[in-house]
Amino acid sequence: MPHDAEYIQRDRTWHPPALSPAYKTSVSRSPRLPLISIEQTVSEITGPRFGHGDIGALDHDLLKNYATTGDPVGERIIVHGRVLDQEGRPVPETLVEVWQANAGGRYRHRKDTYFAPIDPNFGGCGRTITDENGSYFFRTVKPGAYPWRNSINDWRPAHIHVSVFGRAFCQRLITQLYFEGDPLIPRCPIAQSIADPVAIDMLTAKLDMGAAIPLDSLAYRFDIVLRGRRSTLFENRLEGN
Amino acid sequence: MANDPTLLRETPSQTAGPYVHIGLAPGAAGFDIYEHELSWDIAGPNAAGERIRVEGLVIDAMGSPVKDVLLEAWQANAAGHYPHPEGGGEVEDGFRGWGRVITDFETGEWGFDTVKPGPVRGRNGTMQAPHISLWIVARGINLGLNTRLYFSDEAEANASDPVLNGIEWENRRATLIAERGTRDGQTVYRFNIRLQGDDETVFFDI
Repeated sequence: MPHDAEYIQRDRTWHPPALSPAYKTSVSRSPRLPLISIEQTVSEITGPRFGHGDIGALDHDLLKNYATTGDPVGERIIVHGRVLDQEGRPVPETLVEVWQANAGGRYRHRKDTYFAPIDPNFGGCGRTITDENGSYFFRTVKPGAYPWRNSINDWRPAHIHVSVFGRAFCQRLITQLYFEGDPLIPRCPIAQSIADPVAIDMLTAKLDMGAAIPLDSLAYRFDIVLRGRRSTLFENRLEGN
Repeated sequence: MANDPTLLRETPSQTAGPYVHIGLAPGAAGFDIYEHELSWDIAGPNAAGERIRVEGLVIDAMGSPVKDVLLEAWQANAAGHYPHPEGGGEVEDGFRGWGRVITDFETGEWGFDTVKPGPVRGRNGTMQAPHISLWIVARGINLGLNTRLYFSDEAEANASDPVLNGIEWENRRATLIAERGTRDGQTVYRFNIRLQGDDETVFFDI
């Protein structure tokens, strides 16, 4: 039996290392033994699938999905982009989930006790499914920066957490979207846990005035690249991957 | 690994942070927003096989339970099929094979109910012992950790499992075996995950 086409090996030097001492929590939560490399099997090349029945009509609209007395406070933005694989092919029908602080830099989470007020009209999470071109968008407010207990005066740059599934369990990814030009990015121990500035730049959403809505919202573009899949040229799989 | 210039680079990972629940399990963060949160039900009502509960702790370098973890499980049904076009065959209506759980904020305990998976096709005609793939994210974890849970009552299948056998340090294979027990008549498998230290769990580069 021919074995299934594999996903391209993850370049772990491109990702942040498990142990990043400037990000203190990683010290006690990072495995110290080498990862065991395994050849992919059906367990790794398959993954959960989601459909529009899993999500609600307003789930991608963070301006409206928790609002009761009005719109959330803050700078209105559209975040959009495409989910692609490493060969530049779109990844359609995949679930993208986001979460973020409000415009003041506070999360709606029982564990967040920062001074900034909770916004009664902002939940701070959303989800959508990419279309046939791999495109997605959210409407939200730009999150605020906030201080955190790492070193005594560390601040997180404004960011949105992004979770993507792809088609295979081995493509599963969580990352963070930062905003172009934020002076806190070079000071952030989490962002700087990534060694290559080009990789950090990949996490920086670019202002996209072409997609902005005049007198309404700015727009930022954020493309997401998931692991690609080797083709099965030797196995006469005419249907491709 | 060398960069292949013909390929795009993968989007780099970042930690899910302490507030992962807001995005992926908002009910646990303390608010209702979605009509329904995504599948806490892995197997659904129609799945064949033994109903089991799987539970444990995630333990850090100091031996403390980690209380802000999110885990995702991916498994085959009792026939060894995944609900995916390449998953090996049909699955029961409602069998999703996937679920996510969080650790309790006070105790660090996590657990999920499912059916025990069957043996799964491996590579080149081999078979894999029944297992559940797990993916672990949390504050302080920069890139999600992949591991596998195997079952203590599958000693024979485990002994011939190609992935377990690929672990050179035989004493480390035990970190992937969930211990079978019963509680109130229900089958419960205990599976503690150690991020670091003695008995560090085997994590995979898949």
